[in-house]
Amino acid sequence: MKYLSTRRRHPAAKPLILVLALFLVGAVYALVMPGTRVSAAPGLSQQVEQGKALFQVSCSSCHGLNGEGTTQGPSLVGVGAASVDFQMGTGRMPMSRPGQQAPRKKTEFSQDEISAISAYVATLGSGPAIPSASVVDPTNLTDEELARGGELFRTNCSACHNITGKGGALPNGKFAPSLANVDSVHIYEAMRIGPQQMPVFSKNVISDQDAQEIIGYLKSVNGGTGSSGGGLSLGSMGPVTEGLWAWVVGIGGLIVLAVWVTSKGARSK
Amino acid sequence: MNDNTTNQLQQRPVDDPGLDEVPSWVSTNPHAAKHAEGRVVVAFAVSALSALASVVAYFAIPLGVQIEIGSFHSSLHNVVFGTTMGLAIFLIGVGAVTWGRNLMDDDEVTQERHAPSSSEEDRTEALVTLSEGVRASGVARRRFLLGSLGGALGLFALPLVVTLAGMGPWPTGRKRAQTIERTIFAEATPQKPIRLVNDITWKPIKASDVEIGQLVNAQPENLQNYHDVEYQQQKAKSSIILVRMDPASINIPASRKDWQVSGILCYSKICTHVGCPITLWEQQTHHLLCPCHQSTFDLGNSGRVVFGPAARSLPQLKIGVDTQGYLIATQDFTVPVGPSFFERDSRNDFKEGDA
Repeated sequence: MKYLSTRRRHPAAKPLILVLALFLVGAVYALVMPGTRVSAAPGLSQQVEQGKALFQVSCSSCHGLNGEGTTQGPSLVGVGAASVDFQMGTGRMPMSRPGQQAPRKKTEFSQDEISAISAYVATLGSGPAIPSASVVDPTNLTDEELARGGELFRTNCSACHNITGKGGALPNGKFAPSLANVDSVHIYEAMRIGPQQMPVFSKNVISDQDAQEIIGYLKSVNGGTGSSGGGLSLGSMGPVTEGLWAWVVGIGGLIVLAVWVTSKGARSK
Repeated sequence: MNDNTTNQLQQRPVDDPGLDEVPSWVSTNPHAAKHAEGRVVVAFAVSALSALASVVAYFAIPLGVQIEIGSFHSSLHNVVFGTTMGLAIFLIGVGAVTWGRNLMDDDEVTQERHAPSSSEEDRTEALVTLSEGVRASGVARRRFLLGSLGGALGLFALPLVVTLAGMGPWPTGRKRAQTIERTIFAEATPQKPIRLVNDITWKPIKASDVEIGQLVNAQPENLQNYHDVEYQQQKAKSSIILVRMDPASINIPASRKDWQVSGILCYSKICTHVGCPITLWEQQTHHLLCPCHQSTFDLGNSGRVVFGPAARSLPQLKIGVDTQGYLIATQDFTVPVGPSFFERDSRNDFKEGDA
């Protein structure tokens, strides 16, 4: 005790006591507070923790520190893992600038990071989950099922996305994006979550089988295996590109020929 | 200009119309003429070879072989046969035009025209022939004959007029009430409701399965009882869309409070402008846009028109749920669905300010 009391006016005493007090408070807090997450799967819990950390760095400025939403971005409670996987997997989120619509771009996140953030957001409230690869894989569909997928696509999707999924315009600068070269899993997720202006097509109304057939149809009309039959597909956009070709290349070529035919030939003077 | 040309020019109304006579190379530059001749021969020769090649390709290339160059996919047989045959006819044209342009004299010629009317002699002769015919047929004396001819010609128009009846029944009030003013939802009653089912899959729709922001393209279940032409006719009127919106974010008038199930509203899918099917729905603005002429309807406000050429609100259908939780209809639309027609009574359509 004497050792302490004689040194109580030492210049280092005050900072030392402060450090001790902080340590004590920290230790008591750690003992008294329960663990933030009790989980039977330690691996998952770790993924969620990692996802939360990534979320707070990359998403919280608009969606709030706990995904509760701010004036800049909507709440993510209940949007589900599928929503995060779709928005981040297609590079739509994080948005590079505010606008009418988040365009698709190359994502800066690895699939592991996206999975971690998805797992974290899924803990905020239940929502559509990321489908397994077999659910969205259209490779084993029969021709009949692909045809049915086309019928479903033309009934439910073609009004916005065009009959072969080439996309189209919406009011006020918004647009329905092209579905060519979109991963099957992202097409599936978009149906289930209804991103931005797109309506939801839920599992109990458009079943997983229906969704798989729709994906199969899109892959068959946009993929390398689909033959356009008549040569150039001209973007499969219908009369717009066909008309452009007919007028510019077809009629333009005829005009050039007509000018050549009627022009003066080689002359002797 | 030689004397002969000068003499001709003096007879014309215009002193010098600018006639130009340029002799061909044949007479001035035999070397260049030979060159031009060579080009024509080459064009015709390549054309002949192309024609032969197309015949060979037609038999030699097996059907079903595909070629792929970038985004160009096609049958090799079609491409080679078409290209060689096209080249053959194109080069015949090129040869002929080159021949005319390079080997022929470039002289402008004057084509004399005569007066458009016939000569006085011809006209007199025609009139004489006509009056001779009138006299010989005795039209002036045989009035009855003339009358019977007129009757025959007149009655011949009758079958032509009668075929107009094939254009469809006369649209009387009763006929309209049975056809264009009625959909098969009219078969539903509160005692015998009709379930709403998914278009294409025919799966009944449970109210609890429809999420906020969801759009369902639906049909009445009894559409399955119709076939062929009748099926298409009924489907053209009975197509509906179901949307679910947060009830707090939309405006439901008092008269339509019991037309919806917790924010699930049902509208006709047929645009009131010219009848295109519409499903382009923005779930955040609740606007439904017709792709044909951009008519826009606010489904959060009883289908009122917010933009475009449509004059009338989109008809809304009263829906409910049955004891198993499936969506049902118990009555027809209250107004005719689809585009306008002359006799349509448009007083009952929803207008802004209706309660």
